[in-house]
Amino acid sequence: MAETVLTHSGQSPARLEGWRGIAADWASDQRAFKNVSWGKAMMWIFLLSDTFIFSCFLLSYMTARMSTTVPWPNPSEVFALNIGGHHIPLILIAIMTFVLISSSGTMAMAVNFGYRKDRVRTAILMLVTAAFGATFVGMQAFEWTKLIMEGVRPWGNPWGAAQFGSSFFMITGFHGTHVTIGVIFLIAIARKVWRGDFDVERRGFFTSRKGYYEIVEITGLYWHFVDLVWVFIFALFYLW
Amino acid sequence: MTNAAVHMEGQLHAPAHGAVATAAVHAKGQQHPIKLYLVVWGWLFVLSTCSYLVDYFGLHGYLRWSLILVFMVLKAGLIVAVFMHMAWERLALAYAILLPPIAVMVFVTIMVLESEYTHFLRVMFFATPS
Repeated sequence: MAETVLTHSGQSPARLEGWRGIAADWASDQRAFKNVSWGKAMMWIFLLSDTFIFSCFLLSYMTARMSTTVPWPNPSEVFALNIGGHHIPLILIAIMTFVLISSSGTMAMAVNFGYRKDRVRTAILMLVTAAFGATFVGMQAFEWTKLIMEGVRPWGNPWGAAQFGSSFFMITGFHGTHVTIGVIFLIAIARKVWRGDFDVERRGFFTSRKGYYEIVEITGLYWHFVDLVWVFIFALFYLW
Repeated sequence: MTNAAVHMEGQLHAPAHGAVATAAVHAKGQQHPIKLYLVVWGWLFVLSTCSYLVDYFGLHGYLRWSLILVFMVLKAGLIVAVFMHMAWERLALAYAILLPPIAVMVFVTIMVLESEYTHFLRVMFFATPS
């Protein structure tokens, strides 16, 4: 790392903690996020903006559901499946939740192995994460197909309030898009990890910048956020 | 250029600092024991199962809603704090990211009042209430 030369070595200067730390970091007339690289800070800021997008979706769903005088379809029944002769409520959504949580677990461990420069384990765990994500999207496609076959449309459905369809397709569709993009992102980074780009500091194709294992953590932030959004969708749309 | 600084001073998890970090590993970035992630993973499974059971046993009313919200907040907290490492970031970042969503809660309040008013008008003038 030739770039190390220009910065101080090893020991980091003592920094204030607590409220004085916040004031000192933000008032330093340099960079507010002292030990966070621009890449990670920008991912966090992007995730914050994405939080607002999903908040608006969930809010519009809440407003539609609270203000309609027509009964809201019961999600417990709508998303029930018959498995082996048993009628199990909401089972598909529960399985999807566990799949996504498992993918978050493997992602967290991939970040960990990435910082230990364990190239092979990191790449494998990232690919496992991507596989869980693809499974999730597949189950969502199944769910959409089932509901469309049963006559759910954005403008109406057989069971009650017409806004059920529009909320459902909007919220889960946007979330599924995020998962799909995440899977692509994961596979792209896993390929670089596998190839050893971050060990030999190979320069990126678009940016000509050297990569570091930190990109695994940044990818992880995005992926955990997708899981985080699902926690809220699961609670507020499916369980409520 | 700033990357170097980041890599040099990534926060070390307290137990790892003394024992592991001095070993072969050049501890850079977020270093925490794998066990921590497995424990959190386990808790996320337990909490998800609990929230599913709320539906499975068909709980209703305020008990259902409060349980759903409690499990939701706990899961979200675990994911953000441990998986996304927010617990180890400096407060300047944590507050910059975690405080703005409070504005959403204000928005929620406004829309609750608004939709109750809309519902009231619909019941009064347009619909036969169900």
